[in-house]
Amino acid sequence: MGYGEAFERQRALVEQRKRAEIPDQFLIVEHPPTITMGRNGHMENLLAREEVLERAGVAFHHTDRGGDITYHGPGQIVGYPILDLREWKRDVGAYVRAIEQVIIHALSDFGLAGERVHGMTGVWVDGAKVAAIGVHISRWVTSHGFALNVSTDLSYFQYIVPCGLVKRVTSMAALGVMARRQEVIERLVVHFGRVFDFEMAGELVYD
Amino acid sequence: MTDVVMPQMGESIVEGTLTKWLKKAGDHVERDEPLFEISTDKVDTEIPSPAAGTLREVLVEEGKTVGINTVVARIDEAGGNGAGAAAPAAKPAAAPPPQPAQAQAPAPPAPAAEAAPPPAVQAPSPGPPPQAPAPAPDSERAEPAGPLSPLVRKMARENNIDLSQVKGTGAGGRITKQDLEAHVAQQQAPRAPSPAPPAQKPAAAPTPPAQAPPAYVPPAAPSSAKVRVEPMSTMRQKIAEHMVMSQRTSAHVTTIHRVDMTNVAKVRDRQKADFQTRYGLSLTYLPFVVRATVEALRTYPIVNASIEGTNILYYNEINIGIAVALENGLIVPVIRTADEKNVLGLQRAIVDLAARARSRQLKPDEVQGGTFSITNFGSYGSMMATPVINQPQVAILGVGAVTKEPVVIADAIAIRSMCYISLTFDHRLIDGALADQFTAKVKSVLESWSEEVL
Repeated sequence: MGYGEAFERQRALVEQRKRAEIPDQFLIVEHPPTITMGRNGHMENLLAREEVLERAGVAFHHTDRGGDITYHGPGQIVGYPILDLREWKRDVGAYVRAIEQVIIHALSDFGLAGERVHGMTGVWVDGAKVAAIGVHISRWVTSHGFALNVSTDLSYFQYIVPCGLVKRVTSMAALGVMARRQEVIERLVVHFGRVFDFEMAGELVYD
Repeated sequence: MTDVVMPQMGESIVEGTLTKWLKKAGDHVERDEPLFEISTDKVDTEIPSPAAGTLREVLVEEGKTVGINTVVARIDEAGGNGAGAAAPAAKPAAAPPPQPAQAQAPAPPAPAAEAAPPPAVQAPSPGPPPQAPAPAPDSERAEPAGPLSPLVRKMARENNIDLSQVKGTGAGGRITKQDLEAHVAQQQAPRAPSPAPPAQKPAAAPTPPAQAPPAYVPPAAPSSAKVRVEPMSTMRQKIAEHMVMSQRTSAHVTTIHRVDMTNVAKVRDRQKADFQTRYGLSLTYLPFVVRATVEALRTYPIVNASIEGTNILYYNEINIGIAVALENGLIVPVIRTADEKNVLGLQRAIVDLAARARSRQLKPDEVQGGTFSITNFGSYGSMMATPVINQPQVAILGVGAVTKEPVVIADAIAIRSMCYISLTFDHRLIDGALADQFTAKVKSVLESWSEEVL
C-alpha cells in the first residue's frame, strides 16, 4: 500500500477512534520504496537529492510522526497501532517501550536477541537497528508506529542517515533468519495482544 | 487567564520539546483545538488547548525543551471564568467555527481582558489543564488494595515469574507492569549483550576469504605462443595472498575422524519433508555439523581463539564462517553467535548467506568476525581433505561426503551412513591430543544426535 494511502487511512481511523466509533486498531502494511521525514527531521540526513530518489523509484514524504528520517520498502513489516492511550496507561514512554517489547518478543521467536539501546528508540540486534519506531499522538490516540526489517533490501538505506543515527541497519534476513513475512506478522500479533491486552479493549485487525 | 502547561505524558516522561506552535500569540483558539506540538522520545504529540480564548502569551519558543508542568503559554479566556456577560460570542467554545480572521477576531475581547487585570490575577492558579493531558493517576497506582495489581499478577502467572525476584520501581516499591516486562526481557535475552569487543578483534585483523583445498601453483608459463593471458581478479589475488600467508603463519596439521552419521541421517530423512513445507528450506547435514562443532568449541575454548604476539585471545562469541564456493573463488560468510541458534536457525543462516554470497549481496561485516570456520567439501563429493586455516583463526573443520558404507559393528557387518571429518589446526597453539579430543567431541555429538529439529 502506498505511503500516502496508508496515511489517509490512518487519519480516518484516528478520527473515528477519537469519536469512540471504533475499537483500537492494529494495521499491518508493506510500503513500496519510500523515504519519510519526521517532524523533527533534518534534511541533511537525506543523502540523495529528491530527483535521485525519483530515478531510483523511491517516493519521498514529509510526515507528522516523531523521529527523523527513515526508509520503508518491500520486505519490511510496518505496523500502525491506532490506540486510545487513555484506555491504556496515558504514558507515551510506556507505549514506545511496549511496542519495542512486542518486537523483542517476536524476534526471540526466531532466535534473535533484540535489545533496547539506552537513550534511543527502536530495537537492535548486535548493535544494528532492526526495527524503527516513530509515533504521532493526538488526544491520546496513536498513529504511525514501527517498521521491522524482515528481508528489506538494506541498500536503500544508503540514501539516508536513518533517524539521524550513524549506526548500522540490519534485517532479520541479514541476521540469518529467513522467516516468511506472514510468520513474523503472526508472532507480532500474538505478542501485541499479550503485551497490551489487559488494558486494551479492542480487537486486533491486520490487513 | 488560563496557564497552558507542558503536559505530563506519562510516568516515565519528565520533559518534552516544544516542536511547533500551531497558533501564534493573538490567535483565537477553541477549547480542545490543537494548540502546539511536543516531541518526546520519538513520539510527536499534538496538545489541545485547555480553554477557549485568545492566545495571549507564548512563553516557550519552538525547539526548547522544558520540564512537565512548565507554563508554556497563557490563554485569555475572554470572559470565560463565570465572569459572565463581558465577552459574548467567543465563549460558546463548541459551537461557532472560530472567526477566520486571525488577529482581528479576538480584538473585542482582548482589550476587555487587558483593561480588567483583576480576573487575570484570580485565574493564574487554575491548576492542571482540564482536559486531555491531565496527569491522570496511573491505574496501577490508583489501586488501593494489595501490593500487586491484577495485571501484574496475571503477567507473573503467565510468564511463570517469581515475583520475589522482580524489583519494583513503582510508588512505594510496587511492582509495575514495566518492571515485569523488563524482567521478562532480561531473561529472554540473556546472552544478547555479551561483550562484543572480543569478537570484534578478528574483524579488525585481516579476514579475507580463505581456506579450501591447497591452491595449485602453476609452473612458469610455457614459452609456446599458445597462451592466453588474463589478469587475476581482485578476489583471486586476495585468496592467493591469504592462502600463502596462512601457510606461512600457522603450523598446519590435519587430523581425520570417521563419523557414523546414521542417527543424523534418520532425523533428517524423517523431518526433511515437514521442514521443507514448514520453513521452505531443505534440511542438509551441514547445520547438524555446525551444531556439533559449537558444542565442541564450548568444551574446548582454545579452538575458538587466536594468537596475537605471545598472547592467546579467547573469543567469548562463537561466530562460525562457512566456506561458500563461488564461480571464480570462494568466500567465508559468518554465522554470528552460532551458539545461540538451533538447527533451524543455522540452516536458515547457511541458506541465506550462501545465496547472498553467490549473488554478491553480502555486506562487508558479514564476512568478518569469524572465530572458527567450516568447509563442506563433501558437497562436491570429496571424502576427505586438508583445508587451510582461515587466519587469524586456529583451526578449520572439513566435512566429507556422507555415503552408505559397510561397517563392522559388534562383529557384524551393517550398512551405515558414514563420513569423514577433518580438523586442520595450528600446532603452535593446539596439540594433537586436544585436536583429537575436539574432533571426537564433534563426532560423538553427531553419532548420538538426540535434538529435535522441528
